Amino acid sequence: MQKTLRKYFPLFVLPTLIAFAVVFLIPFLMGIYLSFTEFTTVTNSRWVGLQNYVTAFTTNREFLNALWFTVKFAAVSVVSINVIGFLMASLLTRGIRGTNVFRTVFFLPNLIGGIVLGWIWQMIFNGILYHYEMTLTYSPSFGFWGLVILMNWQMIGYMMIIYIAGIQAIPGELYDAADVDGAGPWQKLTRVTLPMVMPSITICTFLTLTNSFKLFDQNLALTAGAPSKKTAMLALDIYNTFYGRNGWEGVGQAKAVVFFLLVALLAFLQLRITRRREVDQ
Amino acid sequence: MKKLFSLLLALMLASSMLGALAEAPVEIYFLNFKPEIATVYEEIAKAYEAATGVKVNVMTAASGTYEQTLRSEIAKADAPTIFQINGPVGLTSWKDYCLDLSGTAFYEMLSDKSLAVKDGDKVCGIPYVVEGYGIIYNNAIMNKYFASANKATAFQSMDEVNNFAALKAVVEDMTALKDELGIQGVFASTSMAAGEQWRWQTHLLNLPLFYEFADMGGDTVLSGLAAQEIGFTYGENYKNIFDLYTNNSVTAKGLLSNKTVNDSMAEFALGQCAMVQNGNWGASQILGVAGNTVANEDIKFMPIYTGVEGEETQGLCIGTENYLCINSQVSPEKQQASIDFLVWLYSSEEGKAYVKNDLMFLAPFNTFEDDEKPEDPLSKEVLRWMEKEGVNSVQWTFAAFPSEEFKNYVGDALLEYLQGSMDWEGVHQVVVDSWKSERAL
Repeated sequence: MQKTLRKYFPLFVLPTLIAFAVVFLIPFLMGIYLSFTEFTTVTNSRWVGLQNYVTAFTTNREFLNALWFTVKFAAVSVVSINVIGFLMASLLTRGIRGTNVFRTVFFLPNLIGGIVLGWIWQMIFNGILYHYEMTLTYSPSFGFWGLVILMNWQMIGYMMIIYIAGIQAIPGELYDAADVDGAGPWQKLTRVTLPMVMPSITICTFLTLTNSFKLFDQNLALTAGAPSKKTAMLALDIYNTFYGRNGWEGVGQAKAVVFFLLVALLAFLQLRITRRREVDQ
Repeated sequence: MKKLFSLLLALMLASSMLGALAEAPVEIYFLNFKPEIATVYEEIAKAYEAATGVKVNVMTAASGTYEQTLRSEIAKADAPTIFQINGPVGLTSWKDYCLDLSGTAFYEMLSDKSLAVKDGDKVCGIPYVVEGYGIIYNNAIMNKYFASANKATAFQSMDEVNNFAALKAVVEDMTALKDELGIQGVFASTSMAAGEQWRWQTHLLNLPLFYEFADMGGDTVLSGLAAQEIGFTYGENYKNIFDLYTNNSVTAKGLLSNKTVNDSMAEFALGQCAMVQNGNWGASQILGVAGNTVANEDIKFMPIYTGVEGEETQGLCIGTENYLCINSQVSPEKQQASIDFLVWLYSSEEGKAYVKNDLMFLAPFNTFEDDEKPEDPLSKEVLRWMEKEGVNSVQWTFAAFPSEEFKNYVGDALLEYLQGSMDWEGVHQVVVDSWKSERAL
């Protein structure tokens, strides 16, 4: 059995490997190469060295503004999504009537695509602001909080499910033991529940952090960067650079490479930090 | 059984691959720029296939995304054979893909050869439509106003409204009487939604810059292309008309960022407003709206007056930013087939009927007789203004604008101005600064 497996291993891996190479590896490597070139179509490029990277940061402040906006957004939404998601999870693991209905309902928004969600929320927000003769583009802070609310609405259900799984995996004896030791609810939360769901926290912060940084559809559908690109996040800025200007495809590509490095670094750091706090059961 | 099944699968795979290898018939791929007439092109494609057996694939880029779409489509193996550029600025990025059209039957048809965009001696793009824009007004509502006993101005007809002061007086008086006139505002919504700002950051901005470059003497587009910096000296004139639009609008200023061009045209078609700034291409959007209350003969054009000295002789803004190009990177068969298609469309009886009745193009080709000019009210109005004695059309100077991004910066600034987070000084600054920075790139 082992031998046959080993024999046919390359054959069975091949389709996946090809697919992975075609849709991920090759475009990724091409993208890195293209960030050092000037091109209009990907098959026709001219080497320009680091020029694109210089242009990305020095010509205007759009990339840096988008970066700062994204960092603020990520900070707020990572905290709010995880805190609310965890609260929901602990509420819905107490055997309240209709628990399953609630879990389903909270999870549903996650199944809707980002563009659709963006549109729905744009209509809701604009519907409310209509009474004040304003729209979402009135001020960048409207767009910011709009995105935060939208992102919370979408992600909380998903994170909640992960936390529920984590909480349910905690053995009941631990709580019994805590009760015997005279621990209060707060101590039970901080000394038992939180350390035990640390793996869930790792995965949830990872997901929310990377998703917040990569956010695109929702941003595009909700504000499209208005007013004056003040609510454009990194991904949208890259998209606009790439498609909005002739001859700037390389700059867009350079921004994308910087963006990749940044997200990879953040995700790596975050994983290191939260992993360290995980306990063995 | 399993063997049979896998054999079948293998056969299917093999046959589909063979199919792909077999020589594909010559197909034309037309990447259309104008979403408002996408369905007409699909009909034309069917008619052409029925007449000649050559298949035409029409794909339409969504409003404001033509450059993006073209860029990703042209990199594909099955690239567009016919595409469009917007003039000299677009030419710089696409000239490698433009086939030299000199000597082709299509170029021969062009009545005024100077209209084509050229790169040296190479004919790169051929315009297929001449367009005009201005302020479209609903003459029925205007007549109702002129006949009103409560009006505060002395004007008796739109012929007397031939400068900004007169327009402003009439518009503001109409706003005061809007209940009597049965309108919600004089002007349709100033559409400021993303991708819907071109009427302001391109078309309206054309006027002050046209006058600025005209002051330098010579051709305004060429002066514009050469200008490293601008002073936006007619900025106040822009403000005049823009304020007039938004102060007398159907929609409150704060809500304009939600409005699209379609919304504005629908408001006009439904009689909720008396005026809207747009071009003759908007005719189909007025006539095609369900519940359209505007009669054909009531749809009229007037020039956009901004308070420039001597503007009584100003006409509509007439020009084109639609040039057809043939992709030089596809096979010669496809290139020839594409040229044949365009010749058919603009010279055969069947093709011309589509151009005149459905596309409603004022086509600049010598194959069109006088009685074959389009009959929609706005095209007729454009012709009327072009032929009017003592009136000079305004050139489409925006062909010289440095980039799409320049227009977007201006659009963003205008939106902020409307929302009160930027004053006019700020808008002025954005126009001047972004012209300079975009031109320098």
